[in-house]
Amino acid sequence: MSTEAAIDIDREKGNFSYDTDYEYDAGVGLSKDTVNYITDVKGEDDWVRAFRLKALEIFNSKPLPTHWATKDLENIDFDKFRYYLSKGQQPSRTWDDVPDDIKATFERLGIPEQERAFLAGVEAQFDSEAAYSRMKDELSKEGVIFVGSTEGLKDHPEIFRKYFGKVIPTGDNKFSALNSAVFSGGSFIYIPPGVKVKQPLQAYFRINAENFGQFERTLIIADEGAEVTYMEGCTAPKFETTTLHSAVVELVALKGAKIQYITVQNWSSNVFNLVTKRGLAEEDAEIKWIDCNIGSRLTMKYPGVILKGRGARGEVLSIALAGDGQHQDTGAKMIHAADDTTSNIIAKSISVGEGRSTYRGQVHIPKHLKGCRNNTECDALLINTNSRTDTYPAITVRGDDNSVQHEASVSKVNAEQIFYLMQRGLNEGEAMSLAVNGFINDLVKQFPMEYSVELKRLIDMEMEGSVG
Amino acid sequence: MQSMVTVNSETEFLSEAVFEHFLSRNAGLPSWLVKQKEKSWVDYLALPAPSRSMESWRFANVTGLGVEGFRLAPTLEPSETHSLLEASKRIESNSGELVFGNDDLIHEEALSAELSEKGVIFEPLSRAFAKHSEILEEFFMAQESALGSEKFTALHTALNRNGTLLFVPENVEIELPFVSFHWAKGEESAVFPHTLVIAKDNSKVTFVDVYGSDDKDLAQLACGVSTLYAGPGANVEYHYVQNWNESSLSFNRLTTITQRDANIRAFGINIGSKHARSEGHTIIDGAGSNAELFSMTVAHDSQEMDQRTLQSHNAPNSRSNLLFKNALQDESKTIFSGLIKVAEEAQQTDAYQTNRNLLLNPSAEANSLPGLEILANDVKCSHGATTGQIDEEQLFYLLARGVSKPTAQKLLVFGFFEEILKQIKHEELADYHRQLVQQKFGNA
Repeated sequence: MSTEAAIDIDREKGNFSYDTDYEYDAGVGLSKDTVNYITDVKGEDDWVRAFRLKALEIFNSKPLPTHWATKDLENIDFDKFRYYLSKGQQPSRTWDDVPDDIKATFERLGIPEQERAFLAGVEAQFDSEAAYSRMKDELSKEGVIFVGSTEGLKDHPEIFRKYFGKVIPTGDNKFSALNSAVFSGGSFIYIPPGVKVKQPLQAYFRINAENFGQFERTLIIADEGAEVTYMEGCTAPKFETTTLHSAVVELVALKGAKIQYITVQNWSSNVFNLVTKRGLAEEDAEIKWIDCNIGSRLTMKYPGVILKGRGARGEVLSIALAGDGQHQDTGAKMIHAADDTTSNIIAKSISVGEGRSTYRGQVHIPKHLKGCRNNTECDALLINTNSRTDTYPAITVRGDDNSVQHEASVSKVNAEQIFYLMQRGLNEGEAMSLAVNGFINDLVKQFPMEYSVELKRLIDMEMEGSVG
Repeated sequence: MQSMVTVNSETEFLSEAVFEHFLSRNAGLPSWLVKQKEKSWVDYLALPAPSRSMESWRFANVTGLGVEGFRLAPTLEPSETHSLLEASKRIESNSGELVFGNDDLIHEEALSAELSEKGVIFEPLSRAFAKHSEILEEFFMAQESALGSEKFTALHTALNRNGTLLFVPENVEIELPFVSFHWAKGEESAVFPHTLVIAKDNSKVTFVDVYGSDDKDLAQLACGVSTLYAGPGANVEYHYVQNWNESSLSFNRLTTITQRDANIRAFGINIGSKHARSEGHTIIDGAGSNAELFSMTVAHDSQEMDQRTLQSHNAPNSRSNLLFKNALQDESKTIFSGLIKVAEEAQQTDAYQTNRNLLLNPSAEANSLPGLEILANDVKCSHGATTGQIDEEQLFYLLARGVSKPTAQKLLVFGFFEEILKQIKHEELADYHRQLVQQKFGNA
C-alpha cells in the first residue's frame, strides 16, 4: 500500500523584492496619531478625518471574532505593522512618469507592456498610492471616472460620498473598521447611466514592504443600466514576518446595472488577508463576484450581495486552493431584501497537504418577501490524507413562495482517473493537475480568458512535480 | 384546572438552595452519584446562560430559557395518576414498559422471566442506582455535552432521580420494543427524564421514549438526557416522542455511541413544547458501523424547535445518514444545525445529512445550518438543505381531482413525512407516530 506524499507548493517561486525608500511613513503601530498623520499627508477633508477617527474607536472596541473564526487571528500583532507608506507621488498619467524601480517591480510581476495597452484602464497600486493610472480616452469621454480613493473623495465627493461606507458600514466587523481608519489606495469608479464598458477595468495590487499592512478601499458605482467588469489580481513577495491585508470593497449597482468583480488572490503564504466585500443591487441589477483564492496564510472573505431592488440578482463563484500552512476561509452572503430576487452561490475548494479550506455562507430571506430563490452548491476536493475541509452555511427562510436549496459534497480525486491518465504516459503530478483542473473547470470557464489561462497555469504550477 | 400542589417550601424552586433540598429529599443515593451530582451542581451554577453570541445558540431565541421559575415536580397522589396511566396505553405489543409521573415510577410492566433469565435488565433508575450501581457508575452521564447545552446537562445530572436502565447482554435479540412514558403534571413542574440503553455485542433491541404533559397549558420544564451504547455488532433502534404541552420549555440530549459493526436507527418526533431544544450527538467509535438518524418536526403557533446534531466519525469504514424534516405552520420557527465531523483516521467514511423544511405559512421561519468538518480525504460526505412550499403542481393536481384545498394540503404534508414513517418496521409504532404527526394538523 502506498500513501500519497503531500503535494508541496513551492512558495519560493516568484519571491522577489526591491529595496525602496519610502518618502512618507506613518511609523509602526496604530493610534490616533497614525490616523491623523495619514489624513494630513493626504490633505483630506475634515469629514474624512472624523470618519477615520470614529472607525479607529470602533476597531479598538470590537473583539476578534474568534468565537467562530480561527484562533490564528490572535497571532496578528496590530502594533507591529506600518499602516501607511507612500512614495509621495501623485497618481501618474503617463507611463514615463512612473519611477524606474517601480517599473522594474511590475516587470517582474509579468504585466507585459502590450497587454497594458489593451486594457481599458490600468491602475497598478504600488504600496499605498496608485503608482500608475491611465485610462483610455474614449472611457473618459463617456464620463467614466476611474481614480484612486484619495482622489475620488477629494475631487468627486458629490458622487462617492453618498455611497462611501454605506454598503459596508464601518462597524460591520473589526477589519472593516480597521480599513475605514487607515485606508489608502484602491479604486473609485463611476460608470454613468447606460454606459457599457466593454473591456474589463483592471488593477494589480502588490505588497512590497516588510510588516506593512495594505488597506485599499474600492467603491464602484454603476449608474442605471451601466455595465462594468473589474479585475483585481494580487501577488506579493515573501517576507520574514506576517503581513496584513485588509481591504474593503463596496459595489453599487443602480437600476438595471451590472457589475462583475473578479479577484485572483495569490498573496505569499505569510499574509493575513481579511477582506470585506459587499455589493448593493437595486431593481433588476446584477452583481457577480468571481473570487479565486490561491495564496495567503489565512484568507477570510465572504463576498456578499444585498438584493435591495425587485428582480435583483446576485452571484458568487468561488474557487479556493489551500496548501500546506494555508487556511482559505471563504464563502458568500446573500441578503434578500426585495421580492423576486434570485441568488446563486457556487463554491469549489481544493485542500492540498495540510491545507484547510472552509466555506461559510449566509442566505437570508425575511418574512415580507415572496418569489425569492437561492441555490447554493459547495464542493470540496481533498488531495491528501491530512487535508481538511469545512462547510458552515447558515440559511434563514421566511415569507411566501420563497425557496432555497443548498448542497455540499466532499470527495477526493478518483484513483482510477489518475491511474488511467498515468497509463497514457502522464506523470502523477500532471495527472493530478488535470484532475484538479477538471474539478474546477466549469467555474474557470466563466472567468475572462486571460484569467482562466492564468488560473490554469497557477494550478499546474501548484501541482507540478509535487506528487510521488 | 384544579391546582393539585401547594408550595411547601421556597427551596423547591430551582434556585441556589434547591440542591441541598433535593439531596435531603433523595437520601440513600450511592456516594459516587452524590459526588457526581455535587460537582454538576457547581458546574451548573458556574456555566454561562446561553447567549446569542454563542455559535451553538445561533438563531435561537435565548430570552425565556431561564429555569428559575420552575420547581422540583411534586410527588403525585394515586388519584392524580389515572389519566396518565390511561394515556400510556399506546404501544401494547412491548417487551416491558415503565411509566413515570413527575419522575416517580407510577406503573411497571416488567420484562418476561425468560428475558430476565438471559440477563436482560429493565429497571427504573430509582431502583437501579442501588441494585446496579456498578453498571451505572460506569455509564451514567459518562458522555460530555458537545452541542451547547452543557449548563442544562449539568442541571439534569444534579437533579435527576429517575429514568430507565435497559441492559441487553451479548447475543440476546429482542423483537418487541421496550417503552418508557415520562409525564409531567402541575404548574411549574420540572422533570428530569433519563434513559440509558446498553446493548452488548451482537444484541438487538428497540426502545421507545414518550414525553408528555398531563396538563394542557401549565408551564413545565423538562430537562432530559438519553444515552445509547451499541456494542460490537449490536442493533439498536430508538424512538423518542417529544410531546410536552405547548407552554413548556424542554431540553433533550441524545448521545449514541457505536462500536465495531454496530447499527443504530433513531427516530424522533418533535411536536410539543413552547420552546424545545434537542441535541443529538452520534459518535461512531467503531469501524463498520452504521447510523441512521431521522426526525419529524411539526411546529405551529409560535413554537420554536431548535435541533442541533453532530455526527462524529472517529473510526473508518462507517456510514451515517441523517434526515430531518420540518413542517412549519403559523409563526413557528425551526432551527436545524447539523455538523458532520470526520476525523483524520476515519477513512472510507460515508456521511450524509439532509434537512428539508416545508413552510406552510409566510410568517414561519426555517433556519438551516448544515455543516461539514472533514479531516480525512477518502470520504463521501454531503449535505443538503432545502426550504420551500408545497409543490404548486401537486396541489393543483389534487384540486383538479376535486379534493378540497385544506385536505389536499394535509395530504401533501403527510406525504412529506411518509418518507420517514415508512422506514419504521414495527407496525404499531409506525401507526402511533403517523397519528401523532397527523393530529398536529387536525388541531392547527
